[in-house]
Amino acid sequence: MPTEVLMPALSPTMEKGNLAKWLKKEGDKVKSGDVIAEIETDKATMEVEAVDEGTLGKILVPEGTADVAVNTPIAVILGEGEDKGAIRATKPVQQQKAAESAPPAKAEKSQAKVQEAPAPKAPEAPQAASDPDFPEGTEMVTMTMREALRDAMAEEMRRDKDVFVMGEEVAEYQGAYKVTQSLLQEFGAKRVIDTPITEHGFAGLGIGAALARLKPVVEFMTFNFAMQAIDQVINSAAKTLYMSGGQMGCQIVFRGPNGAAARVAAQHSQDYSAWYSHVPGLKVIAPSTAADAKGLLKAAIRDLNPVIFLENEILYGHSSPVPKLDDFVLPIGKAKIVRPGNDVTIVSWSMGMTYALKAADELAGEGIDAEVIDLRTIKPMDTETIVTSVQKTARLVTVEEGWQQSGVGAEIAARVMEKAFDYLDAPVARVSGKDVPMPYAANLEKLALPSVADVVEAAKAVCYR
Amino acid sequence: MAVAQKTPSADTKPVADFSKEQELTAYRTMLIIRRFEEKAGQMYGMGLIGGFCHLYIGQEAVVVGMQMVLKDGDQIITGYRDHGHMLATGMEAKGVMAELTGRAHGYSKGKGGSMHMFSVEKGFYGGHGIVGAQVPLGTGLAFANRYRGNDNVSVTYFGDGAANQGQVYESFNMSELWKLPVIYVIENNRYAMGTSITRSSAEVNLSRRGLSFNIPGDQVDGMDVRAVKAAGEKAAQWCRSGKGPYILEMLTYRYRGHSMSDPAKYRTREEVDEVRTHHDPIDMARQRILEKKFASEDALKKIDGEVRDVINEAAEFATHDPEPEVSELYTDVYR
Repeated sequence: MPTEVLMPALSPTMEKGNLAKWLKKEGDKVKSGDVIAEIETDKATMEVEAVDEGTLGKILVPEGTADVAVNTPIAVILGEGEDKGAIRATKPVQQQKAAESAPPAKAEKSQAKVQEAPAPKAPEAPQAASDPDFPEGTEMVTMTMREALRDAMAEEMRRDKDVFVMGEEVAEYQGAYKVTQSLLQEFGAKRVIDTPITEHGFAGLGIGAALARLKPVVEFMTFNFAMQAIDQVINSAAKTLYMSGGQMGCQIVFRGPNGAAARVAAQHSQDYSAWYSHVPGLKVIAPSTAADAKGLLKAAIRDLNPVIFLENEILYGHSSPVPKLDDFVLPIGKAKIVRPGNDVTIVSWSMGMTYALKAADELAGEGIDAEVIDLRTIKPMDTETIVTSVQKTARLVTVEEGWQQSGVGAEIAARVMEKAFDYLDAPVARVSGKDVPMPYAANLEKLALPSVADVVEAAKAVCYR
Repeated sequence: MAVAQKTPSADTKPVADFSKEQELTAYRTMLIIRRFEEKAGQMYGMGLIGGFCHLYIGQEAVVVGMQMVLKDGDQIITGYRDHGHMLATGMEAKGVMAELTGRAHGYSKGKGGSMHMFSVEKGFYGGHGIVGAQVPLGTGLAFANRYRGNDNVSVTYFGDGAANQGQVYESFNMSELWKLPVIYVIENNRYAMGTSITRSSAEVNLSRRGLSFNIPGDQVDGMDVRAVKAAGEKAAQWCRSGKGPYILEMLTYRYRGHSMSDPAKYRTREEVDEVRTHHDPIDMARQRILEKKFASEDALKKIDGEVRDVINEAAEFATHDPEPEVSELYTDVYR
């Protein structure tokens, strides 16, 4: 059967082009790869190659024709043993006429029925389970968040031999912040791996190992350095499950201290909560207590998806009670009402909780009964717990160390506006880091970060006090 | 300041001949890739394939020769010029073509496209669109092999363009440090999009790029499938025996533009024709087959016809397969 050569689309946006020149004439033999014509587009002159072997039987669009629509037949190639008689009568396409009468190409030419159904509704976020009850009388052990994190990793490594830890100084040095203390001694160098200082490389290597179904826990010495690796985290870890149609997942945890420490200046003091929570495919966790750190890190290591686990250097040394259970795992995606109250809702997480809780104490002294919610998981966000609280208190303050624009507080405010607008008695107030790089000087650094006073002031403002 | 480029040619050691079966298998697989890509180019021209589409035409011997070296459990990973790699691993032309047209039965349910396909079953780990990003990932696949204590290798492909990305060298360092079984196959087709290697690289002999990490490397005639296989054997043996990574620089050439929308004005038609006429991997294999009387002209014609049928069937399937259900928009984000 003779093959029609169609006016090709030579870029994702091309709709028509000019047939500049024929390089073969009727009757010429052509083979696959031979250039038969030149096409001019708005961007460039391109060559049209024959894709089949045969004879150029007929030229349908003469050279010099302008504005030939994509998919217009421009020539006919005859196969072996075919003669011109096989070409069905086709009039040469007239100049100009081509543009008007030609099919508008692309989508229409596509043979399959293009679905024009409206976009489906985004699925409702599945409701996370509540914290597991533990039996009354369960012994509580006071430990630092640092120890709780270490125990979480050790327990998961004992439970599953595919779990391993890698990062800078995690093994012989026992962790730059001592979070991986004693793991090397228990699990050996095969499973506790010191990497060179090479974030982009070892993040990618860890993701590759996860694609091969290992379960890496990758420590960033701090999340500031993870910016070197953020392409791998987002483009390779977060998107592969979707890009593979669900075939290839990536079970990996990236963890390490996030946010400001103390006096380490602009490049070492940044909160990435908002950055990672922007990305579909990632889960983002930021605990504030030792128990939450342990229960959520264990859950993160078991989760089948890539999880960003944001810790905090200052909180590493804070001690709090952790239930002594063989397997204490908390649900990802569930906020916790840490302090019930009726007058104003304060939402925070990680280091922000220290300001929020102290502010609640001060507010109580002034007769304001604040409800404090620890978000714990930034993504997926437990909107319901926040909304339910705001329906009770009618006022909301968010507290974060990160910058305000496009921040997590902005996201919370938007959700509350969407779901509880009529319940609000005052605009949502956002307490955040100031819109400056972190200064070094002690007095300026203090001013750049949120403070207890900022939270108290904001809470009073939304209460019109 | 253009510097004359050496044409890739078999100026190295003579390579061992293929058996009849090897020649015919390689010929058929290379031809499947060639015909597939030609058809993809054609379908792109018809508006059936959208976005970016990078064709592998001219480079077929590289992936086909390397694949002949591999065994079950070995992994393959590459960048965005990936259709040839998929077909070489045995992924079905239908599923690959249907992914190119964005249809429901494409390898990624139509959600990945030309640059993002995977097959756990065939050990194909993608299809990655960020230049060089597959190099640490492939090194991680090798890490998993070593962690599990098996003797599988990861074949990590990248181009002369990606060879200038920093993460490649981060990977080289770790793979040699930890003796990971990874073969880095650098497909040097001489142009990183429109920039020739002489304009982008201080050291154009890319097989030497591992020297400061103590990674051995060979320069290979990537237009001769026999040379590719021989080099691959040596590298795979090195990796499987626990000696660490190996670099193979494949001197190859792409006949088409960087992507479908590249007019390729940075090189002359004569340069393309020279490689095409004198070094085409498929023509050379065909010639050897006829010379050695492994098959007659007619028998080869029969293979050509069979290959054409496979590709036409794939194109037909990919044209008529429905688009994904709209409900697929929200699936596979999490599991």
